[in-house]
Amino acid sequence: MSRVGKIARRSFLIGSAAVAGGVAFGVYLAKKPIPNPLLEGLKEGEAALTPYVKITQEGITLITPRADKGQGAFSIQAYLLAEELDIDPATATLSPGLPGQAYFNGAVLAEGSPKPAYDEGFVAETLRSFMSVPAKIFAVQLTGGSSTVPDGFDKLRLAGAVARETLKEAAARRLGLSRAELKTEAGHVILPDGSRIAYTDLAAEAAQIDPIEDVPLRDPSTWRYLGKPGLPRLDMLRKCTGTEVYGIDLTFDDMLYATVRANPAIGAGLAGFDATAAGDMRGVEQIVAITSGVGVIANNTWRAFQAAEALEIDWITPETPGTSAEIFATLEQALGNPDAYDHCQRDEGDVEAALASGEVIEAAYRIPYLAHAPLEPMNAVVRIADGQVEIWTGTQIPLFVRDRAARIAGVAKDQVRVYVQPMGGSFGHRLEMTHVEQAVELALAVPGRHLKLTWSREEDMTHDYPRPASVARGRGGVRDGQVAAFDLSVSQSAMAPEWFGRLSGMTLPGPDASITTGSWDQPFAIPDYRVTGYRAPTMVPVSSWRSVGASGNGFYHDCFLDELIFAAGADPLAERIRLCHHDPSRKVLEAVGEMSGWTGPSLGAGRGRGVAFCMSFGVPCAQVVEVTATDEGIRIDHVHVVVDVGRVLDPSNLEAQVMGGVIFGLGHAMNCELTYADHRPEQENFYDYEAMRLYQVPKIDIRALENSPRIRGIGEPAVPPAAPALANAIFAATGQRIRELPLSRHVRFV
Amino acid sequence: MKLTVNGTPYEVDVEPEMPLLWVLRDELGITGVKYGCGVAACGACTVHVDGVALRSCQLAVGDLEGEVTTIEGLGTPEALHAVQAAWVAHQVAQCGYCQSGQMMQAAALLAEVPAPTDAEIDEAMSGNLCRCGTYPRIRAAIHTAANTLMEG
Ligand code: FES
Ligand code: FES
Repeated sequence: MSRVGKIARRSFLIGSAAVAGGVAFGVYLAKKPIPNPLLEGLKEGEAALTPYVKITQEGITLITPRADKGQGAFSIQAYLLAEELDIDPATATLSPGLPGQAYFNGAVLAEGSPKPAYDEGFVAETLRSFMSVPAKIFAVQLTGGSSTVPDGFDKLRLAGAVARETLKEAAARRLGLSRAELKTEAGHVILPDGSRIAYTDLAAEAAQIDPIEDVPLRDPSTWRYLGKPGLPRLDMLRKCTGTEVYGIDLTFDDMLYATVRANPAIGAGLAGFDATAAGDMRGVEQIVAITSGVGVIANNTWRAFQAAEALEIDWITPETPGTSAEIFATLEQALGNPDAYDHCQRDEGDVEAALASGEVIEAAYRIPYLAHAPLEPMNAVVRIADGQVEIWTGTQIPLFVRDRAARIAGVAKDQVRVYVQPMGGSFGHRLEMTHVEQAVELALAVPGRHLKLTWSREEDMTHDYPRPASVARGRGGVRDGQVAAFDLSVSQSAMAPEWFGRLSGMTLPGPDASITTGSWDQPFAIPDYRVTGYRAPTMVPVSSWRSVGASGNGFYHDCFLDELIFAAGADPLAERIRLCHHDPSRKVLEAVGEMSGWTGPSLGAGRGRGVAFCMSFGVPCAQVVEVTATDEGIRIDHVHVVVDVGRVLDPSNLEAQVMGGVIFGLGHAMNCELTYADHRPEQENFYDYEAMRLYQVPKIDIRALENSPRIRGIGEPAVPPAAPALANAIFAATGQRIRELPLSRHVRFV
Repeated sequence: MKLTVNGTPYEVDVEPEMPLLWVLRDELGITGVKYGCGVAACGACTVHVDGVALRSCQLAVGDLEGEVTTIEGLGTPEALHAVQAAWVAHQVAQCGYCQSGQMMQAAALLAEVPAPTDAEIDEAMSGNLCRCGTYPRIRAAIHTAANTLMEG
């Protein structure tokens, strides 16, 4: 492992945040010791060996702070800990813990660094390490960016190893032996004579000694859990028996049930309302004006929904564009406009000179706003009593939730407890916290009682800070049967800075990399190559949607590349391989060709296939989609997928995440959009926001390679190539180029 | 108003228009049945009434005739129904939120069609949305459960 990696790894466990090179302001703050949240509230006889493992007389708790929204994060964090700790994770209690500063996530902000993820050089590595300093300063305990595995791979195994060795040391001291004479197995220290002492029995003594920190990690060839096929998810039995308790299922004896109606023009607020009819309805306890709208508190969720519908509300109309036509016109105005220039992170060769001579191929693209629409609508239980706030909710940002709740309730941050609940999906929706703000405001009206706020599906879909709409323009040229010049411009409202500002109240200076993430950072060598981002004014407030910037940029970059390759008369797969200069990515493309038996885009009359590639979150992913044009519309027959995550820790879950990502990418590309009229989304429920249904799901074959030097997460990278591969396949089958999502605006699907 | 859920009789004092879903969840505390859309567009709220799969968000409790079975009544962690065992074997669930409804729909299908073809599975299951995209494993698990039930 590189020197930088070693320092970053050690710095976490010794509680110091020293990071290679440490710069100015960041070093001072980052070097401040990070409070260990597990040390609060520890009783006699308990030992907190590291912030991830808690052992008491009663048992072993593994703290898995990255949220599980369906992607299997709880399980993989537990397996990483258990592998070195030598326990069966099924025998331990898994807890998300309380949010605390020690759980910073260095990997998320590292991805935002100004070096493409395929650049493994020293400068790029060092910059990525620097970027984890601000994560600590901002105390960002967040789940996102496919970062759970990259962030936890060393940290969690080391935490398990330190705990194991410290327990051995405690046993050694008790018996007057040396630690080297001892072994461990299934939650016990094994003595030279074969007798066993349970870890739980050693907890009190282990608490008295300094942790043994100088522990080498085990060689992957000796792993018992990690990398093994068929690793069971630790939450599977609960989820298959209806016994998993999601936030929406929590029940307390004194609980009240609430819902809200907020201004569908998010953030614009309330002009006035009439609650005469609603107030008289059965079970309604209170109707309360809150910052974003009106809340109904009742004794049953359905009664609250009914009363909320009966409210007559006047909303304030914002100044921003209120219809899809105005929104797209605004995006178009910013595209290529020097006043709206945001950044250009790739500018190679001389694009202008290249395009000044010869034929210029041009194409215009656009993508719509998209709702996240996890199947569990947003909800939160809040109880405020005696100056203390308790919150139970499924969230990816527990520390921001804590701080915001403290501000709304007017209490100190340490008087707020956030209990993170299992989540019925997220796709980025739970990187926002409006529903928690509302629940806290409503709970203030019923002090001492538990209050559960549930959004109706309609409220959820129309208040879902959506995936940004954007527009793009490609200009390019070909020479001698090859792609020679590629110039892409993308225009979008700011996403990352607005999101961070909403959560933290701080301004994130500099460009918004999300505008071109997924297009500027692709591993291709085109002689004249440029990608430019333009920042349109803020319109509908937007947020991260599974795969973030790459969800749209993957479509733009790959579809335009496909057009240029077609113009050059080259083979779509062979030309991508020729242009690709990153070894693991090229192997991914070659493998998808082999898997699909690629012989070209045509598959006979009315049939065709498209290939697409996108590297996101450091993971190269290539897909080949095969379609048939039938009398009832386009049928998707088969998808071949190849990814490279560096090392596969959980093959079964990798397959599930890739399958889910492909279906998510295809389904939204087929038929999903949020269109706006009168400042509100016109889609309110799943009947007009369908994505893929079971009967439309094609055969999906998946292969995972392990050539990349760094380990990566797989929750998102399968999403971006799905839409362009489908659009390219439709072109191959029908000759129709579709440059706009959803594709159902131009073709029907079976 | 009286109703029987998972073999247990209950009496509730609610308006007859209240959907069965909310009687189960908020009045009886039976929360394996999920709210996803409220308009018969997702299937998360699927239960059996006398063995027939119905969307409980659409069934006013006043119109209920027959005994209700929810996921908790299909099988338990200690004694899984064949469908649940197949779901575990295929590691179907991701977030899991849709899966109660998926399994109730699948169990009703298998009670009627012991060895469904892919086309019959598509037909029966396409009203059940899964935002996580677990569909391929759902299909495979239904075939496995069909085999178990026929052998059993
Ligand atoms: S909640 Fe009943 S079908 Fe969606
Ligand atoms: S498993 Fe998440 S919605 Fe189906």
